[in-house]
Amino acid sequence: MKQKKLVLIVLVAMATTIGGFLLASDHIDAPAVKNQTTDITDLYVFNGSDTNNLVFIGNTQGLLAPTSTAAAAFDPNTLIQFNIDNNGDNVEDLVIQAIYANGMMNFYGPVVPSMTGTRSKLEGPVTASVAVTAYGAASPAIASGASGIKVFAGPRDDPFFFDLNQYHAILGGKATSFNNPGSDTFAGTNVLGVVVEVPKSLLKSTGKLNVWLTTKKKEQ
Amino acid sequence: MKKYFLNKVIAVILIITAGFAACSKSNNSPAPTPTVYYDQADQVGRPAINTVFIPASGKDSFNTTIPTQMPGFFANDMKTSLLTLNPGYTTNLLGLTADQFIGVVSTDVLNASTTGVTSFYNGTQVLTGRTLSDDVIDVELTLVFGGPNGTENPGLTSDHVNGNDKTFLMSFPYEASPW
Repeated sequence: MKQKKLVLIVLVAMATTIGGFLLASDHIDAPAVKNQTTDITDLYVFNGSDTNNLVFIGNTQGLLAPTSTAAAAFDPNTLIQFNIDNNGDNVEDLVIQAIYANGMMNFYGPVVPSMTGTRSKLEGPVTASVAVTAYGAASPAIASGASGIKVFAGPRDDPFFFDLNQYHAILGGKATSFNNPGSDTFAGTNVLGVVVEVPKSLLKSTGKLNVWLTTKKKEQ
Repeated sequence: MKKYFLNKVIAVILIITAGFAACSKSNNSPAPTPTVYYDQADQVGRPAINTVFIPASGKDSFNTTIPTQMPGFFANDMKTSLLTLNPGYTTNLLGLTADQFIGVVSTDVLNASTTGVTSFYNGTQVLTGRTLSDDVIDVELTLVFGGPNGTENPGLTSDHVNGNDKTFLMSFPYEASPW
């Protein structure tokens, strides 16, 4: 058993060397997006407090210390897009887009996109707009849009939790198991979040959706 | 023949007139704004798929690959990662062989139910969404390291961080205020 564990650790250590340091959920997951406004941390999709609605949350720009959160900002050149497949072919049938301009987050959709894949354009018209909540605001700014959608954008506590440091220690051969209790590496850090709540009737679902979150950079 | 020629002349005159009309119209209104396009930089479906399963050399390209093309480009690398992380992998708690497991995770989309409970995995619901409080890391560690009963490699199947460091809100926007 001990030998088996040792073999596992050695192999994992090799994988780490080959594969680089494993990071977190999707935080700083790849060189091109690390520390960019396009860096996604997490996607959440769940029933709203009114279960007739579905909530989509896209978080970006993770690992923000409280001292650097006020300066963090959404980027007018970064399109944040929820892609929704409602017929099981993993191609987006609907999109919800969010893009920042002059203190506001503007939302488009849910709408059938005129193009699918890695290239997108704004699929007008704007269906909701909300002032980006300032860091330190007493309460979050919330807006309602057409057809009963609700929107928010601004800094939030990173909801992701994971003892990433111990995971690194295991992969690096410095530990053989997690600690109990573990220590949340993301405790005390913030993200820039976009939250959209949508009546399920707008999603034309037959019961099951496939959802993925993308960020897209404006072509120069 | 002559009539045909006359028709053609009239048609040409009509086209020219229409052209002028179009020109004068566009002269009177501002030039149309060129369409702005955006190109993909990052993507995520299920948590930690790129970070756990994709080798360093593929991480950027994984982020700019559409879901339908992911299995073709990345399934082999992902299977290698799985079997490197856990050389003793046979099946997991979902009863999936390495190929079947990679078959599921290599298309990186988050499945979500619109008719029932939404949960990443709660013992009953499997991949019907992801709530803020779902312990997705323990689920993934268990599926990678835990074997068919989830009991193998017990030191590696939970990080023993079972919840967030702030309480989520019961109503919109659900996420807690920042630190």
